[in-house]
Amino acid sequence: MNQAQRLDATFAALADPTRRAILARLATGEASVGELAGPFAMSQPAISKHLVVLERAGLISAGREGQRRPRRLEAGRLAEAARWLEQYREFWEARFQSLDVLLAEMQAPGLSARARGKKRK
Amino acid sequence: MFQHSGLLEVQVVGDREIHMRRGFNAPRALVFEAMTKPELIRRWLFGPPGWEMTVCEVDLRAGGKFRYAWRHEKGHGMAMGGTFVEVVPPERIVQTEKFDEAWYPGEMTETMELHEEAGRTVVTIRLVYELPEGREAALKTPMTDGMSLGYDRLAAVLEELV
Repeated sequence: MNQAQRLDATFAALADPTRRAILARLATGEASVGELAGPFAMSQPAISKHLVVLERAGLISAGREGQRRPRRLEAGRLAEAARWLEQYREFWEARFQSLDVLLAEMQAPGLSARARGKKRK
Repeated sequence: MFQHSGLLEVQVVGDREIHMRRGFNAPRALVFEAMTKPELIRRWLFGPPGWEMTVCEVDLRAGGKFRYAWRHEKGHGMAMGGTFVEVVPPERIVQTEKFDEAWYPGEMTETMELHEEAGRTVVTIRLVYELPEGREAALKTPMTDGMSLGYDRLAAVLEELV
């Protein structure tokens, strides 16, 4: 996978709330499939499907300890995707905070006509 | 003073879309006005620190064009424009848009919808890129020029994602 495909796979994997919850759980430490399935009203095979998607996206990896295959977070990949998305979000949030200020001015009593450059209809 | 109306939610959907959603403490007609009248657009879409908006032209009707340009104090600039496909004040706008310095392939179509609830407005924006590479490039746009942001707090970002 090139970087673009990797990022697409990462974002696709993050689009699902169960997978995000799994990542949040793994952020606190590694866990087995059974431990991950615990908090969800979902069978282990259903959880396993989500884990495959996360693994393909490079967001998690599976270790080996005897019979156990604990999953752990691959923070680097997630950080890469989160960085792009968060940067994008912060850019637009900053613009919209300026819009908040303008909207407040437009609604300030006595100022609205001038703030809006014309009279209200 | 104004109250924050709630943080912007951004989601990537499929391989070509970006969805955004944000609340504003103002009636819909006012939000629509602020987003479509050039003299009002100039007052909030001026860009990050160091940037100023130099061109803001809006011909708000189906088939009409719009054009925005910004310049950084160091001299470099950027510009974008597009065509309105559908204009339904104060609830819906569909437009195509593209930056002049097209560093990504294909156009982008933006659909913006405004919903009013109890004097408050929720704006949803759906950006659909012609090609996955377009969305990819948009997410990586270096438009945060001059902004210094820290991203090492993975746990905090995760919390937001969940």
